[in-house]
Amino acid sequence: MQLHHYLIFSALLFAVGLAGALTRRNGILVLVGIELMLNAANLNFIAFWRFSADPQAMQGILFVLFSIAIAAAEAAVGLALIISIYRHYKTTNLEEMNSLQG
Amino acid sequence: MIADVLNGILLMLWRVVSDQPAPLAALLPALPEALRPVVSAVLCVSPIIGVFATLFALTTLMERKGLGRIQNRLGPNRVGPFGILQPAADGLKMLTKEDIIPRSADKLVHFLAPVALAVPTLLAYAVLPYGRNLVPLDLDAGLLFFFAVGASTELAIFMAGWSSHNKYSLLGAMRAIAQMISYEIPLILSAVTVVMIAGSLSPAHIVARQDGFIWGWVPHWYVLTPWGFVGFLIFTTASLAESNRSPFDLPEAESELIAGHLTEYSGFKYALFFLAEYLGMFAISGLGVTLFLGGWQAPLPGLDWVPSYLWFFSKLILMVFIFIWIRGTVPRLRVDQLLNLAWKFLLPLALINLFTAAIWHFTAVWQFPGALLLRWLLSAVMIGGAYVVLGRALSPRKKVSLRTYRYAT
Amino acid sequence: MQIPFAIIAALTIVAGIAAMSLRKLVHCALCLALVFAGLAAMYLQLGAQFVGFAQILVYIGAVAILVVFAILLTNSSSSLLPTVRSRSWVFGLVVAVLVFATLVKVILASSTVAGRSLPENPLPTVKDLGTQMMTYYILPLEVMGLLLTAATIGAVIIAMQEKKPVEPLKPGSAGAPPTHP
Repeated sequence: MQLHHYLIFSALLFAVGLAGALTRRNGILVLVGIELMLNAANLNFIAFWRFSADPQAMQGILFVLFSIAIAAAEAAVGLALIISIYRHYKTTNLEEMNSLQG
Repeated sequence: MIADVLNGILLMLWRVVSDQPAPLAALLPALPEALRPVVSAVLCVSPIIGVFATLFALTTLMERKGLGRIQNRLGPNRVGPFGILQPAADGLKMLTKEDIIPRSADKLVHFLAPVALAVPTLLAYAVLPYGRNLVPLDLDAGLLFFFAVGASTELAIFMAGWSSHNKYSLLGAMRAIAQMISYEIPLILSAVTVVMIAGSLSPAHIVARQDGFIWGWVPHWYVLTPWGFVGFLIFTTASLAESNRSPFDLPEAESELIAGHLTEYSGFKYALFFLAEYLGMFAISGLGVTLFLGGWQAPLPGLDWVPSYLWFFSKLILMVFIFIWIRGTVPRLRVDQLLNLAWKFLLPLALINLFTAAIWHFTAVWQFPGALLLRWLLSAVMIGGAYVVLGRALSPRKKVSLRTYRYAT
Repeated sequence: MQIPFAIIAALTIVAGIAAMSLRKLVHCALCLALVFAGLAAMYLQLGAQFVGFAQILVYIGAVAILVVFAILLTNSSSSLLPTVRSRSWVFGLVVAVLVFATLVKVILASSTVAGRSLPENPLPTVKDLGTQMMTYYILPLEVMGLLLTAATIGAVIIAMQEKKPVEPLKPGSAGAPPTHP
C-alpha cells in the first residue's frame, strides 16, 4: 500500500461530492455533497499522518477529530437553515430560492 | 497431528472452564499456520453467539414467567414441564410463519433493516470482558467502539420504519430515534465518569481497576462510591430507554402505534428484530456490569475459586431480572415526559455527577480521620442538592384536581 | 493489505456515486451512511482507531440521522420532480472532472508522495491522544466546545417554529371553553 493510492481515492471521493453539490437541485443533497468533500479531506489528513516518518506526532489525528466536530456543527446548522427555508418557501429546490436575484 | 489437535482442544476447554490464561494458545500451535486466524476467529465468535442466543431463549421464558407472577397469573405452562420448552415452541412458530412484505414497501430497505440492526448489536459483544482471560477483542478504545456500534443501530430502526410505508411504522421509528439519541447523552456521560476515574477506555482495564477490597471485605466496585452509585442509576435508566424497554417502550406502544417500526414485519424478520432487541439489552447490561459492578470480579474475598465468568453472567442475569421487574411494575411514560426526563433531568444530573467524581478523585489525598465520611457527605450534598433542585423545578406547577365528568356521574 | 483496501475503496466510491445520483432522497441518505462507514473502515485500516470510531459515532449516529430527519421534515421524499439535476449540471460535472484530473496529476507528479510506503513506527495509544488534547491542544478543545454549544443553540433557534401571537380568548366569546361550576 502506498500513499498515493489513498490520495487518489480521496480525490475521487472529493470529485464525486463536488459533482453532486454542483449538479443536484435539492438543498439537502448539496449539503450531503459538501459532507462528502469534507470526509475526503479528512482521509487525506489520516493518510499523511500514517505515512509520515513520526506517527507519534498526532497533528493529523487531532485535526481530523476537530474537523469531525466542526462538520457535525455545520450539518446541524445547515439542515436547520434548510428546514427554516422550507417553512418559508415550501420547497427545498435551490433554483426556486431566487428572491435575491436581480 | 490429529491427536495433537484433540489434545489442544481439550486443553483449551479446560483452560476456559478453569479460568486460566490464554486458552487459545493451547490449541493454535497444533494447527497449520494458514488455519490459525480463521480458527481463532471462529472460536472467539461462536461461543458468544451460542451463549447469548441461549440466554435470549431463557430470558424470554424468565420474562413471561416473571411477568406472570407479577400480574398474579401462571405464565406459559403448556409446553414441556413447567413450560420450559416454550422458547423452542416460540422459535418454531416464528420460523414457520409466512413472511409478508407490504406491496408499497421499499423491498430492498425492508429486507436490509433487520440485518442492519442485528449486525451492530452483535458487534458490540466484541469488546466486553466476560471473564478474567475472556476478552474477544481488547481494544484500546473499546468503550468508544461499543457506543459507536450502538449509535449505528438507530439508522437500522429508521430503515425499518420508513421502508414499511406505514404511518405507524414511521411514527414509531421517529419516536425510537428521538428517544435513543436523547438517552445516548446521559448514557455516555455516566460512562465518561468511569472513564475519567479509571483512566482508560478499555473495558478490560476498567474491570482490572475495580480489583481488590476496602477494609478487606467491601469490593472496590465503582457502584459503591457516591458518584458511581448515581452514575449506575443514570446508566440503568438510560439503558432501559436505549433498549426500548418498559417504561420507555413508547416506540412500540401498542395502544397508540400498533407495534411501532415492527408493525409490517412478520416471521423470521420479526424474530430477528426481537433477537436484536434482547441482544442489545444484554450487551448494554453487560457494559453496565463492566463499568459499575466490577465486571467479572468476585463480590467477597475468598470467592476467587469460582470461575470469573460465572460472576459476570450472574450479575448480567441480575440486571436483566431487574429490567423485567421494572417492566412489570412501572407504567409507560408519555413522549414529552420521556424527553423532558432525558434533557432536563438526567443530563444536568450526569454533568454534576461528573463534577462530583472529579472532586471525589482529588480529595482522595485526604488522610485525616473521618476523611472518608466527609467525602461521602460532600458528594451526597452535591448530588442530592442537584436532585432536589432539579426535581422541584421540573415538577408540574398545576395542582392535580379531582376529575369532573360532564355527561356522567 | 491490497485487497481490503480495494474492496473498501470500491464500496465507498459506489456508495458515494449512488448517494449523489439516486432519485429518492432517503436512499441517498442511506448510501451516505454507507460512505461514512467505508471511510471509518479505511481509518481503522490506517491504524487510526479512535478517529474511526468517532467517525462512526458522529457521522452515522448523528449526521446521517440529521439528514434523514431533514428529508422527512421537508417532505422531499415524496415529491418526485421530473428531473433531479439542476439546470447547469453539465457545467458542474465538467468542473468536478477537471478538479479530479488536476488533483491526480498533482499527486502523481509530487516527489514527496511518490513511492512512500508504510513506516514501521509504533502508533500512539488513545492515552497519548488524550494527553495531547488536554495539554497542548486545550485551547482548540475549549473553542470547539463553545462552537458546538453555539451551533446547537443556533440550530434550535433557526429551526424553531415561528409562533404566531395568540389572542387571549375572552370568556363568553365563540371558541372559549365553557366554564363549569
